[in-house]
Amino acid sequence: MIKPVLKVEDLHIVVKGLNGTEKLIVKGINFEVQPGQVVALIGESGSGKTSIALAALGYCRPGLEFAGGKIEFKGVDLISTSRLERRALRGHKIAYLAQSAAATFNPSIRIGDQVTESAVLHNVLSQKEADNKAVLLYHDLELPKAETIGQRYPHQVSGGQLQRLMAAMALCSGPELMLLDEPTTALDVTTQIEVLKSFKSLIREKGTSAIYVTHDLAVVAQIADHIIVLCDGEIMESGPTDQIIHHPAHAYTRKLMAAVNPIPTDKREIKISDKQGRLTLEVEALYAGYGQIQNGRPEIPVLQDITFSLPSGSTTAIIGESGCGKSTLGLSIAGILPRASGNVRLDGKNLPARLEVRSRENLKHIQFVFQMADTALNPRQRVSDIIGRPLRFYKKMNRIDVRNRVLEILEMVDLSPELVTRYPKELSGGQKQRVNLARALAADPEILICDEVTSALDTIVGANIISLLSRLRSKLGVSFIFISHDISTVATFANQIIVLYAGIIVEQGPADLVLSPPYHPYTKLLLASVPELRTDWLDDTVQLQETKAAIARQVEINETGCPFYTRCPFAISGTCNESLPPVRDLGAQHSVTCHLDGLALPGNNDPYQQRVG
Amino acid sequence: MLLKRVGVGLLTLFVVSILVFIGTEILPGDVAEVMLGQTATPESLAALRTQLNLDQPAWLRYFGWLADLANGDLGSSMTGSTTIETLIKDRFANTMLLAGVVSIVAIPISLMIGITAAMYAGSAIDRTVTTGSLCAVSVPEFFTATILVMVFSIQLKLLPSIARPTPYMSFFEILRTLTLPVLTLSFAIAAQMIRMTRAAVLNVLDAAYIEMGILKGVPRKQIILKHALLNAISPIVNVIALNLAYLVSGVVIVETVFAYPGLAKLMVEGVQTRDMPLVQACAIIFGSIYVVLMMLADLASFLSNPRLRHPK
Amino acid sequence: MNDSENPIITFNEGSGIDKKRFRFSWTGWLGIIIVTFWVIMAFAGPYIAPFHEAEWISDNTFDPIGTTYLLGTDYLGRDVLSRVLWGARITMGLAFAATVIAYLVGVTLGIAAAVSADWVDTLLSRLNDAFLSLPTILLGLIVIAALGSSLTILVFTAGLIYASSVFRIARALAKDVFVQDFVEVARARGETIWWIIFREVLPNIIMPISSDFGIRLVFVILFIAGLSFLGLGVQPPMSDWGSMVRENLQGIAYSSPAPLAPAFATASLTIAINFIVDDFTSKSGGALIKEIV
Repeated sequence: MIKPVLKVEDLHIVVKGLNGTEKLIVKGINFEVQPGQVVALIGESGSGKTSIALAALGYCRPGLEFAGGKIEFKGVDLISTSRLERRALRGHKIAYLAQSAAATFNPSIRIGDQVTESAVLHNVLSQKEADNKAVLLYHDLELPKAETIGQRYPHQVSGGQLQRLMAAMALCSGPELMLLDEPTTALDVTTQIEVLKSFKSLIREKGTSAIYVTHDLAVVAQIADHIIVLCDGEIMESGPTDQIIHHPAHAYTRKLMAAVNPIPTDKREIKISDKQGRLTLEVEALYAGYGQIQNGRPEIPVLQDITFSLPSGSTTAIIGESGCGKSTLGLSIAGILPRASGNVRLDGKNLPARLEVRSRENLKHIQFVFQMADTALNPRQRVSDIIGRPLRFYKKMNRIDVRNRVLEILEMVDLSPELVTRYPKELSGGQKQRVNLARALAADPEILICDEVTSALDTIVGANIISLLSRLRSKLGVSFIFISHDISTVATFANQIIVLYAGIIVEQGPADLVLSPPYHPYTKLLLASVPELRTDWLDDTVQLQETKAAIARQVEINETGCPFYTRCPFAISGTCNESLPPVRDLGAQHSVTCHLDGLALPGNNDPYQQRVG
Repeated sequence: MLLKRVGVGLLTLFVVSILVFIGTEILPGDVAEVMLGQTATPESLAALRTQLNLDQPAWLRYFGWLADLANGDLGSSMTGSTTIETLIKDRFANTMLLAGVVSIVAIPISLMIGITAAMYAGSAIDRTVTTGSLCAVSVPEFFTATILVMVFSIQLKLLPSIARPTPYMSFFEILRTLTLPVLTLSFAIAAQMIRMTRAAVLNVLDAAYIEMGILKGVPRKQIILKHALLNAISPIVNVIALNLAYLVSGVVIVETVFAYPGLAKLMVEGVQTRDMPLVQACAIIFGSIYVVLMMLADLASFLSNPRLRHPK
Repeated sequence: MNDSENPIITFNEGSGIDKKRFRFSWTGWLGIIIVTFWVIMAFAGPYIAPFHEAEWISDNTFDPIGTTYLLGTDYLGRDVLSRVLWGARITMGLAFAATVIAYLVGVTLGIAAAVSADWVDTLLSRLNDAFLSLPTILLGLIVIAALGSSLTILVFTAGLIYASSVFRIARALAKDVFVQDFVEVARARGETIWWIIFREVLPNIIMPISSDFGIRLVFVILFIAGLSFLGLGVQPPMSDWGSMVRENLQGIAYSSPAPLAPAFATASLTIAINFIVDDFTSKSGGALIKEIV
């Protein structure tokens, strides 16, 4: 029988309070990692997954302590062994990859020195050998300028590159066990593919065992052999990847899976609310950005020539990667960031750019829900004050009415009335986001702008917020502008989708038309980048022409030509980099901003003439 | 960036000169009256006013004064007919000597203690250092000075209680005479530097890359001396410069206690006799030193930050 | 003591002081006891003191510690203990008044700068920087050279000089809060600037600002004591601790307690305040230390 690389037996970890109180956060975990096997620990925040992974280095974060059990690495118990023994294993036989490479690289030391540090330190390689090996690893990880990237400082490379450089750091001493702690969570979906791909091929190639910690089932499906589902420090379910994904036994696992939205391929109807008499919003030729405004153009332009309209009671999703100007668009509609030029019309009447000039009525009509409930709620105000203020401010309600209405609104967002006296810090992440939402609803708005309201939340909590929003929409008839970087979140939820790239609308139209061919090349890229719950998705998607050229590049705002030119696999040299792409009307209010005509657009085996005709 | 900081420094110097001018020539109302006090006669007042150009508008006087300053002309004192330059020359050298010795003594010691305390944070050594230094920064210099004189001069009769270096003294005699003022100043400054150094290192020691170092199996010495200190250089250099600048205020008290013939004592004497041109000159010298040191602190932390040294 | 160590308590930290978990250390308790003692003396000192502060009770100057005159007599033959007790009121009263002025001016201007247009903020901050770029004692000397020394001038000079460091802290804190999303939400709701200042910003900066008060108070005590020691602060026949040290400086030669007692009094008060403040502001830094092998 083959001996496991790592054997965890009845592991207990406690968190120590200041008054000597102890609370178990890892409650009797058992599992093994076989040679060459990738075991995934999956769970939401607070499940103890990171603590378990760090325990495999014999390490506990300050405040935590081992409270029983064994962690044997090739027969050595990491908990009871000497500190020197543990140190000798760390970075040598067992290597750790953290979530945020930006924070884990020392900003004052050149990258190369950090990558080779542990290999040299543990006398695995000489400095020269280590340098050579590092360059090979950079090549393997498909890093640009592999020969010289080690000379740089961490701040001089991009986030995706740094994440891969950290993999090089972990691999340089040739470890037998790698611990990967959410290594792609902080990245954009398109960057994630590239990083995942490098990790996967390296782990396979070197035959290293690994523990992969994540909250994302779809990501894990690509890379793990074995999945352990954790909740509250206990194992819910454990088994081979295929089994867990296709035949989940535990209810919690099924809940996790339900929260991963597959992009619907069939056409479906999202009903526009039947409540009548609501207002419509039109945005016309909007330019916005930062810095001084001259001739209707800001010094640092972000948005250019944005035009769309929002039918009453509908939901419009704005999607794009970070840096595309999604939030800027939401902020300038709300007037929080005044637009440089263009019109924003509410029910036919143009709204002033600056919110100071807007009437109280108009302010009430458009409510903006910020992404981070942590900073959007005043820590010094109780829930009752937070939700009650718009009632008092816009509706001049008296105390008793306010109190009753606040309770009604809490009920509407599925919060218990006893939370009314709490301060934000006494609420969970999901509860805070509901209060954040409730405050906006209290104003009784016509248009609710939600900026990435689920992206800071755990998968299941986020999914619950989405279903709450769907219910509220049909109940209240509010129009939604839903800003998200995640096309899969909005796919089930929006009637209309606007795809932003580098500040311009590259595609817009009814959701089912945008999500089905023909696509703008960028839409196609976004769709192809969403991890799917099948084990061969990653291998498939890296073969796609659309993703090959485009992944792992950052959004840049171009002066001339199509901003997507550098990443576009269909780019026509001499055209796309020279002139701005035209807006092509594909009928049924669906349009694409691209030099390619409808026939040449990706995914178009079903010519659009058919649809038009 | 670098140029901008120097620009801001020069601008600050300019504003400082305005502040000093306002403080010494406009705030008092009629400077002539203030300076002559009860001895004033209409004739002497008028004479002094002409001498001080008080008949001119303030802004004209300001620029005249600034132009003189730029040419190294500090004006002349009211008490004697000597120029301020001759008054200040030796005094300035004395103050620099004192400050220099204090820096040489205090900086290395406090850096060592501060870093050690941070390395053993939470230990008995650390608690002793933090509590001790907290006490030391809280006490007035005259307290330290009195105690030191009481012990070393009166009781033990080891060191002089008055510090007057003369050109005829040997090196060791000068050292001996400087010991108590240097100790007093070092005490306050070292305590402050220890606390700030400790805080700067601790701040770095909690960073994620330090945890990564632990997880890579990097030994203690290397984590502290390489991973932590490289990142603490910038705040530590800042600490040093700030405290050198602080010497400027420290010397005012210490020179008075030990009757040390330095610039600060001269300025206090100027204030007591209300010799405005003298106060003005001393203030502008101290102000400039202070501003320049602050600027150097910024430049030093700029240079030790790779983010700024190697832009993208 | 150095003004540059402004322990600017960050927004999150200040608002997060958990009452259940906060406990004073033994130095903190010692500080509380000493400060309480001196506060009582500031009120009751003249009634408890065996003699009047200005009473010439002995023919001998610089009497040593004895039974009649517990802390001996000073250079004019006055009772040192009584003078220290009387002096508590003026030393602490002046410093307290000056610190209050510093806070009124500093916090008001600091918040104003934080919420005003950029150019106003820049102007105020630059001016303040220039002000701060002169050592405090130097500024004090200039003002006293210009205006002479009286209690009023002393209090306002100290208050205005220290207002600039309060300004810097208040502005930084308010600025931190002002860019938070919840302020943006209030703005977007259409709230007035007064609502935003008093309801959104102030409640979030009041804690860190008030724990800074102690430190500022120590600076002011040392500043006034320093000026008095130079003979430029509190003028005779009134006395505070700083000027008492100065008056009795030649007593050192006779190992008299006269210069030591007020020096000790000042030191005990400032150390005690710092002990208390330290408990509030000390950070639990260095948690990783014990893991470093």
